[in-house]
Amino acid sequence: MLTNILSISLGAILINNFIFSQFLGCCPFLGCSNKMDTAVGMGIAVIFVMGLASAICWVVNEYILMKLGLGFMQTLTYILVIAVLVQFVEMFLKKSVPSLYSALGIYLPLITTNCAVLGVVLLNTQNNYNFLESTVYGITGGMGFMLAICLFASVREKLEFADYPKCFEGFPICLVSAGLLSLAFMGFSGMKIF
Amino acid sequence: MTTKQQLREGLITNNPVLVQQIGMCATMAITTSLFNGIGMGLSVLIILTCCNVVISAIRKIIPNEIRLAIFVVVIAGFVTIVDLLLQAFVPALSESLGVFIPLIVVNCIIIGRAEAFCQHEPVGLSFKDGIFQGLGYTCVLIIMCLFREFFGKGAFGGGLINTVNGVIGTGNGVQIFPAKYGALILTLPVGGFMCLGALIAVMQYALRRSAEKKEAQEKAEREAADAAEVKEAAE
Repeated sequence: MLTNILSISLGAILINNFIFSQFLGCCPFLGCSNKMDTAVGMGIAVIFVMGLASAICWVVNEYILMKLGLGFMQTLTYILVIAVLVQFVEMFLKKSVPSLYSALGIYLPLITTNCAVLGVVLLNTQNNYNFLESTVYGITGGMGFMLAICLFASVREKLEFADYPKCFEGFPICLVSAGLLSLAFMGFSGMKIF
Repeated sequence: MTTKQQLREGLITNNPVLVQQIGMCATMAITTSLFNGIGMGLSVLIILTCCNVVISAIRKIIPNEIRLAIFVVVIAGFVTIVDLLLQAFVPALSESLGVFIPLIVVNCIIIGRAEAFCQHEPVGLSFKDGIFQGLGYTCVLIIMCLFREFFGKGAFGGGLINTVNGVIGTGNGVQIFPAKYGALILTLPVGGFMCLGALIAVMQYALRRSAEKKEAQEKAEREAADAAEVKEAAE
């Protein structure tokens, strides 16, 4: 049991990192990594939403959808659960951490449409994880996202002073440097826990 | 807006991936074989067109505050339909795209078009917009697939041409040069990032060039007109 949990978490953070090897959650990854503070805030919000979404969606799937034979409604139900959760996080942040709320700006409601959140829930169902495994996968997946976005934010801060061709301005140079980071993360793919 | 203008916008000047820079996750993830690329492109095209029509048709009765929730529900409905159809009739595609088919729900292209276009425009225009934007997306996917497949594996048309026993979605396509001479890096996730980065850079270069050219032309025309005026005044 413990090794299972450990291998799921290691896989989600390093080996099958959500951004660098599964391409889930690239939009906020590229959009929110201008500054370290924003990146950390985004990372924490995503960990929170992903962990909660995994837990709640597992319960909804197991006790409502499966009991009623509504398996085909999964996508629709999951996205609604996620939308409600994000709304909740938004209200919470607005009340208690207004500075982070304004720093995240448009990207906060956009966590709803973050593929990493819906992706982790769908993968949980696909891999037949139980409640504990789902929650752990959600939280560690979010941690992998946070690791990636923080690393990338520090790379981007240096990138400001780099000299690159004018046509690479904006997204292209970010994508190329993200590619190099993902190359580095490929080094973890040989790791195994048994 | 004429049809031709809309087509040009979808394919070039307002291409969803290369210019609006949205919907990139799936673009990088699934462009490993031509079969995947075309399948994903067509699925998005169909879903985008249906959603555009429905959202545009009900645009007057959607309350502004909860419009995003309504968009998402409409999109999720169509995605579920397409997902189930693919599972039934093209299981190979459904298997190789995996979680990326249900993830079309959160593809920014569809919700972006609903927000930016369909909630103001009539049904006919939205229908055409869906088709052309979908085509633009499909074109980008096909270009990336061809590039990554050819330079990564030396192959062409994986899953579509030269299939194993004629089953669609199998095989590596036609081998143009031996796979061991290909740049393996392009078939890995790294290749997706780099390839898309390079493609967007090329697009930015081309758009800037054409804008500069247009400006230069306009300037020349203006100068010619000024010169003619001066000449007229002198006479």
